[in-house]
Amino acid sequence: MSTSAATAPAADALPAVALDRLPLALLPALALVALPLVGSFSTWVTLTVAGLAMGLIIFIIASGLTLVFGLMDVLNFGHGVFIALGAYLAVSVLGAMTGWTGSESLFLNLLAVLPAMLVAMAVAGGVGFAFERVIIRPVYGQHLKQIMITMGGMIVGEELIKVVWGAQTIPLPLPAAFRGALLLGDAAVEKYRLIAVVIGLIVFAAMYWVLSRTKVGLLIRAGVQDREMVESLGYRIRKLFVGVFVAGSALAGLGGVMWGLYQQNVTPQMGAQVNVLIFIVIIIGGLGSVGGCFIGALLVGLLANYTGFLAPKVALFSNILLMVLILLWRPQGIYPVAKR
Amino acid sequence: MALISRVLSGDLPRNRILTALLIAIVAGLAFAPFIFPGAKALNVAAKICIFIVLVASFDLLLGYTGIVSFAHTMFFGIGAYGVAIALTRLGPSWAAVAAGIAAALALSLLLSLLIGLFSLRVKAIFYAMITLAVASAFQTFASQLSEITGGEDGLSFKVPGMLTPGFSFAEQPFLGVSLDGKLISYYLLFAVTVALFLVMLRIVNSPFGRVLQAIRENDFRAEALGYRTVVYRTLSNVLSAGFATLAGALLALWLRYNGPDTSLSFEIMIDILLIVVIGGMGTMYGAVVGATLFIIAQNYLQDVMKLASDAAAGVPLLPDLVHPDRWLLWLGILFILSVYRFPTGIVGKLRASQ
Repeated sequence: MSTSAATAPAADALPAVALDRLPLALLPALALVALPLVGSFSTWVTLTVAGLAMGLIIFIIASGLTLVFGLMDVLNFGHGVFIALGAYLAVSVLGAMTGWTGSESLFLNLLAVLPAMLVAMAVAGGVGFAFERVIIRPVYGQHLKQIMITMGGMIVGEELIKVVWGAQTIPLPLPAAFRGALLLGDAAVEKYRLIAVVIGLIVFAAMYWVLSRTKVGLLIRAGVQDREMVESLGYRIRKLFVGVFVAGSALAGLGGVMWGLYQQNVTPQMGAQVNVLIFIVIIIGGLGSVGGCFIGALLVGLLANYTGFLAPKVALFSNILLMVLILLWRPQGIYPVAKR
Repeated sequence: MALISRVLSGDLPRNRILTALLIAIVAGLAFAPFIFPGAKALNVAAKICIFIVLVASFDLLLGYTGIVSFAHTMFFGIGAYGVAIALTRLGPSWAAVAAGIAAALALSLLLSLLIGLFSLRVKAIFYAMITLAVASAFQTFASQLSEITGGEDGLSFKVPGMLTPGFSFAEQPFLGVSLDGKLISYYLLFAVTVALFLVMLRIVNSPFGRVLQAIRENDFRAEALGYRTVVYRTLSNVLSAGFATLAGALLALWLRYNGPDTSLSFEIMIDILLIVVIGGMGTMYGAVVGATLFIIAQNYLQDVMKLASDAAAGVPLLPDLVHPDRWLLWLGILFILSVYRFPTGIVGKLRASQ
């Protein structure tokens, strides 16, 4: 790839890298294969929307993690803490606004959920900033220590959540207007899942825009490809990294709010549970690749819902099976990041 | 002296305080039923023995080969479930114990080989993530197969007659301790622990162990010297899984019960990680010192924390922070600090002080 770029005449536009479309076809392929297996079209629509909602929430959480890894080779095992933190903050904020969440008005409900999401993102981002400085900065470039330190951060974070909110499961009811289902033809689609899909797509679009249309995005992508080259051009990749880390933590906080509402309850262990899921997703996608992470997350979400309907016992292992299959096909994940 | 050195595979503690500490621990464990009367003390001593094997086997992987695995409790659990299922199905006999251990070992070796070949070619980080996923899937798997594994409730079973508390081989108590099956169980456990530990010490001090250390220090160079690092890493993984399985079998025999929380849970994985780091990675003796301190703290420090928590009642937040249920919080902080401040752990620190 680099040789062709170097030999191309300067006057020409940069040679465009052909988009690898094959993985993109996986999603419709999976959905189409599931259709005859599920049998009824309306059930299939319900399952597909549920799968997309779950997948998009996972994507919101996982995208920050994969970028952080791509940029600085840092894998944060403590990412789950931000998820749990976001969900617990939502419990507190929504709990303080029962007047609005209990009302049937969609507008008042949104007025309650939006601040909850903003608070969760702000606090998770702030904690992420401190986490990067205190926990991760001293162990740059040392994988073994990174794994252990961030795992330690995860333990401490989970315990602190227990100190503040208690160790028991707390219910997180959906606001009144988010409950229930819409009928699309015969298919019943839960309202909250549609909302989750919309929010997920907004986040994805925003992230896509930042990464592909802004200078910061250009630097981030360049940093993922070749950190040293970006540094030698005079950019401080550390600052960029801190920014990405904070943004990733904030997104995990947002994802935590949405995941908590999706499950309708929160436990201190939820961070660790979701962590396993997002690790599978970013391995499937190729460590460091946002596009791969997006496809991986949707695949995991869809497959979990289809198998949950067809064979509930298999559903528990569907993620692992998917990961094994993908890795047998492409050992570095769907979209391998160039230097790794 | 030469004999001791030979038994310890030439890997002596190399520090006076450490030597004294180790002698105290070994003597304490060897005479535990006589020095520390009471069922709780004996349970603590047995748990220390089991954890020494378990943590030493993890040290073989983490400390000597430089691989982080989060699936170690999976192998521990396989061992425990192997014995539990065999004794439940085949009745309390030594043949059943042997069959259970053999089946568990076979499964562990196969699984660790598969995971190793599948993911050890890539980076350490990759392996850590994959084992995390596999371990959590296995945990679900074990609780789903409730007809065989007893699900969340686990399995209670009878052990061979000689090991039950009802069995007694002498009428008169000796030094105030009744000579019953529980005592035999404990000494069986202790003897197996000593044997397994010495075998592991032998392994890490063999030429094979040196290659593992070379891979830990610089895998690229080890490969360049002509060692197939994938093969060595996989072997280390398989060996470590085998020893963890045996530790699990010991646990099941001692408790006469096994369930997901006693052998498979992620909390145990975290405990192992904490013990290895605090005791000292890559030293083997760290497992002994770490496991002893940790298990004693786990069983007795919580009482102290309860006192502190009660004393701090009325002060906001403080009672919650020192509540006995929150002891993992303090261990976690200790863990982070020790990875930064003394990554070689207690043993490494002691050895360096000389």
